[in-house]
Order: sequence, then C-alpha cells, then structure tokens
Amino acid sequence: MITCVVDVVAPEVGEASVRVLRAAGCDVSCDLAQTCCGQPAWNAGFAREAAKVARATLGALESELDRGAEAVVVPAGSCATMVRQFWPELFQVVGDAEAVARARRVGARTYELSELLATRADALPPLRLDRPVRVALHQSCHMLRELRIVDQPAALLEAVDGCAPAVWDGADRCCGFGGTFSVKLPEASVAMADEKLRALAVVEPDLVVGCDSSCLMHLQTRSDATGTPIHVRHLAEVLAAALPDNAEAGP
Amino acid sequence: MSGHHLMGPGTTLRSRTADAVANERLRSNVARAVDRFATHRREGLDELEDADGLRRAARAVKQQVLADLPGLLERFADQVLARGGHVCWAPTAEDARSYVVDVVGRHRATRVAKSKSMATEEIDLNAALESAGAQVVETDLGEWIIQLADETPSHIIAPALHRDRHQIHDLFVAAVGAEPALGTEPAELVGFARGRLREVFLAAEVGITGANIAVAETGSIVLVTNEGNGRLVTALPPVHVVVLGMERLAADWAQAELLLALLARSATGQRLSSYTNIVTGTRGDGEVDGANELHVVILDNGRSSLLAGEYHEMLACIRCGACLNVCPVYRQVGGHAYGWVYPGPMGSVLTPLLAHDQPEAAELAGASTLCGACMDACPVQIPLQDLLLSLRRRKAQGAGAAERAAWNAWAAAWSDARRYGATTRLATWGRMVAPLAGRLPVGRSWGTGRTVPRPAERRFRDRWREGL
Repeated sequence: MITCVVDVVAPEVGEASVRVLRAAGCDVSCDLAQTCCGQPAWNAGFAREAAKVARATLGALESELDRGAEAVVVPAGSCATMVRQFWPELFQVVGDAEAVARARRVGARTYELSELLATRADALPPLRLDRPVRVALHQSCHMLRELRIVDQPAALLEAVDGCAPAVWDGADRCCGFGGTFSVKLPEASVAMADEKLRALAVVEPDLVVGCDSSCLMHLQTRSDATGTPIHVRHLAEVLAAALPDNAEAGP
Repeated sequence: MSGHHLMGPGTTLRSRTADAVANERLRSNVARAVDRFATHRREGLDELEDADGLRRAARAVKQQVLADLPGLLERFADQVLARGGHVCWAPTAEDARSYVVDVVGRHRATRVAKSKSMATEEIDLNAALESAGAQVVETDLGEWIIQLADETPSHIIAPALHRDRHQIHDLFVAAVGAEPALGTEPAELVGFARGRLREVFLAAEVGITGANIAVAETGSIVLVTNEGNGRLVTALPPVHVVVLGMERLAADWAQAELLLALLARSATGQRLSSYTNIVTGTRGDGEVDGANELHVVILDNGRSSLLAGEYHEMLACIRCGACLNVCPVYRQVGGHAYGWVYPGPMGSVLTPLLAHDQPEAAELAGASTLCGACMDACPVQIPLQDLLLSLRRRKAQGAGAAERAAWNAWAAAWSDARRYGATTRLATWGRMVAPLAGRLPVGRSWGTGRTVPRPAERRFRDRWREGL
C-alpha cells in the first residue's frame, strides 16, 4: 500500500520500499485503485467521509489478497495503524458491518514496512553504506504505541554497515504533526517540532530517520523555515541506499 | 454560573496555546516539572513486578465501582451518618456551594483553611465563600502560591508547576510581605510558607478538603498529601467539610489499597505519599483531635449523566496527573492554555463531557495529536485517545458548513482512484500547490513557522506505471 503522502510528496520513499522488499525476496505488486486510508477525516471526527475514502483503498488491498498476495505492506506506521486498528472501528461507527469483516481480513495481513522486513532480515543481502552516517531515529507515535513496533527500525539500521546510531533525547516523543492538529493549533504544533529539533541539534546527526513520511515532513519543513538544517530520510531510503548495487550513491 | 466555565472569555484554544508557546519561561518550567514527575513515575512503576497487571486490576476495580456506584454511594452515606457525619447530595455546583456557604455561615466562621482539592476548584468554592465574607486560605504550598497570584491550578496535582522558585520568591515578597532577603532555595521558601500557614491552621474555624478516595465500607475519606496540610486541616478546626466527586468511591479497603498504591506511584513515583490521611466520622470519645462536626458533600455536577453512556470510562480517573506529565502538548503549553479547570488529556476528555452545554468546551478534543502517550501512562487504562476521537466525531456533527463541505469534497474526490489521480496530478502540474496553498486558510495555518511541502514532479503511481 502506498500512502497518499508517499504517493504525492515522497514517491522516492515508495520506490525505495519496493527495492528493499524485492531485495528481501518479496514479489511486489501495487493496485493503483487505492487512494488513501482515510485517516485525516477519521482523526478530525468525519467518520462518514473517512469511510468513503477508506472503502476505495480497502477494495484495492482486498483484490491484492484475492490475487494471492500474502501481506499488505505500508511504508508508514500511522497509515498501517489506520488499516489495522482503526478501520474496523471506523466501519463499525458508520454501521457498515460488511466492511468491518473485510477490514479485519485485510488488517490481519497488514504490516508496517520495518515490521515485515524484520521478519525477513535473513533474506536481505549484506547492507553497507560507503560513507558512514550517524542516524537519529524518530520513533513515531502510532507505530510505537498502537502497533507496538518498538525495536525493528533500530535493529534494521544496526544491520547496516556504516550506519551508527545517534542517541537523542525524546526520540519517542510526538513531533507535533498530528494531522489536522498541525493546522488547528499551529503554534503548539511548531513548538513541539522545535523541541525535537533542539534535541537533534545536541547530537548533530547526519540523518534523521523515521518510518512515517508525515512526521519527517513536519520536522523538515519546520527545520527549513528556521534555518536549523536537518536531513530527514525514511528508513526505506537508508536501507535501499545500502543495497549492494547502490553502495556508491549513499542515502 | 455552572461549575464549569471557560477562564478568559473571548479567547480560543488556539489563542491561548499561542500565548503559552510565546512564554519561554513558562514552557521551560513546565517541561522541567513534568519530566521530573514522569521520570519518578517510571522508576516507581519499574519497582513493581507486574505494573501492567496492577493497572489491569485497578481498571477492573474502577469499572466495578462505576457499575455499582448508586449502591456504593448509599452505603458510604449511611456509614458517614452512622459515625456522626452529615451528608449533602449536590446535583449541581450551585447546590454544593450553597451548602458549604451555609455550614460556614451557621458557625459564623470567618477563617477557613483548605487542603488542595480539584473538586472545589471545579465548583469555584473559594469565590463563593469569600463573597459570603469568609477568609479562605489554601494550605497546600502550590495551591497557596496560585491563590496569592490570583491564578487557577495549572496542573491537577502540582497547581503551581508553571512557576519557578525565583517567581515564587518574588510573589512572596510582593503579596505577603516576605523580606526581599528571603532566599530562593526551596527549603527557605517552604520554611517561610510553613510559618505563615501554621497560623492559619491554628486559627481556622472550618477545614475544607476534597477526597482522593471514599471508602463505602467504613464511610472513610482518604486524603493524599506530601505536606501534611491535609492532616492539619482535618485535625485542628472543629468543623470539617469534604467535597467529594461522586465517582471517587472504593467499595472496601482492599480496593482502596490498590488504588492508593497506583495513585502515588503514577503521580509522583512514591510508593505511598508522605501523608495518607484517613478520616472516619467525627471526633470520637477520648480522641484528641479531629473535627466535632463532619459534612460530606457528594458532588454530581454532570457526572451521573456519563455513567450509562459511552464515556463512562472517564469516571474511572483517579486524578493522578500522569497523562498531563507525558503529554507532548501539555509540556509546551501548560495547564492554563486549556482554559478550564481540568487540563491535559484527562481535562480534554472530561471538560467537554461535563460542560457539554458550552460549545467552547468542545474544541478541547482537538488539543491532542492522538500520540497515545496518555493512554500508556494512565494507571486505570482509560482509553483517552479513543474518547478524544469519539468527542471529535460528536463535535463534527455540529461543524460549520465550510468545514463540512471541505471534507465532503475531499471524500468525493478521494473515494475513487481516477478522481484521486486527477486531484493529485493537478497538485504536481507546475507544482503550483505550494504558493497557492499558502494563501488558503489551511495553508496559512501550516505556514505558521513551516515551509509548505512541495509535491513531487512524478507521483509514485506515475513511476509505478512506467515500471519500477
């Protein structure tokens, strides 16, 4: 599943995800009838509108499973949470019992990218970055506290030769994005990003890596506006750059 | 005036949070304080063999209490009466206020000592007593500080946490005539306050407290403090008035013990607070202290309307403050920015429920990024995030035409891959969105301190179609 943010704003994350999944021995397909998981409207309280959008993506993912796909992989913890945890509730709320059952079926096969890769780490080729980088990992909220995906991203990075962790304060604290929160209470939202950026400035990592393009986008756009430079990368981009045929490029 | 009201009329949640964010000193005071609490809490829970098991047990206890609440309240009230106390059932804040004002008036009391209580903040009791001519002094240090500063609590267990010791020093000098030479070390400030408050305890004719737990089996009130002021307020004045939120019951001492263990650890990381004070009935024969007259005001003020509905879980809250201490929004804005008595995640759920007749309260459901830290910290596992989401749905039902139309249009476009494709292609063509979006309300809001993200020239779906 390609999220709307990845599709429109960060397609390179989608490409990197495809390459890493293939390197891990997966056969990747992508049904373009999907659109968005519906989370923006769901979090804003507009369940009917969220369900309307989610149904399109549910249908597309379901077709993939019908065609023999074994897993739905999402390169975003937040959208994976929406599919797995909140879709059944969403369809329940709007009174669509049939969609609840379908969502449960899809949810049971849905994985956040690092979660799936961690189960196939042995299948990955040796990963190496020519230019060593220090990486500060941002642990995004839904992934951490809803899906309980805690150690997988760090473990995957640890397996990359040339990738050193930069330990920073508040790595598991919210970046302040929060969907509509970011535009409803922008001052608080920005203040939250600023605290993250100050903590990053202390350890001066080469890259800030996460598994949610929306959080990374939030941190990057705040950093760009204030001139405190950070460089964000999705985990998939770091892993893809460390694939054997890619050692030259660097993340 | 109902017991629930917005402080700072004319402000909005956004204006209040923006003001708070602009106050660097406030933010650093709040962040420092909540970090200390959160660290202690983690250490306190780490000592336990099975903290999550204890949380599950506490949740079960509270669910049981709420299911049996009417019966437990009757039993509790009977026990209070049997031990010489009086009971007032107060459906509204006004009922509670007028009862307490009457008690104080009947004794012609002019000096009232209080121990910290959010229930009395909720009903704005001090103002009612003062306009009836009584002098009310808060005896919890933090609460005394904000009383002197004419503020409301910014945190449910540490009311003055937004002020640092230098500010407290200056306040003592300005408001109660402390010598400017008074030091700014906590011990010196506490020593000064202790001297002043000792006189208050000795002179008070009525003592007023809240209750952390009320035990139905014995009609007892449990008060948790770290300063011992709760003990003095209940032991010295001849009259003791308790304002009890009606949901704060435990059936028996086994339940109370479990809740106490989690309350202290979740609030401050302590195994037990420095003082855990139990008041059972009036002063008995041969007892050397305690009030001769005891009144327990059982406060509803909107609570019973939640019992049967989907939000009943919020009544399980034990007011430990753990959700405030881990909330990334609270740490940036502090408690006053929420605008109501109860701040942070618990306040953002509870306030719209209790003040459901006031539209300004509904916007509190938006004071969260739904990061889930509050749910993880809650000792009784209240699904705060789910309740916030549900409150947002309730609020959306009354949304304005423009907001409704925008979501409608979005849903119409994005419920179909072709229309989704068309709208997102528009965004990429010429990558016009950035400058344009910056002029829409949403874009302007995003542009508050952030650059607007630019769509990619070729979307993922274009690249996939062309072959990856």
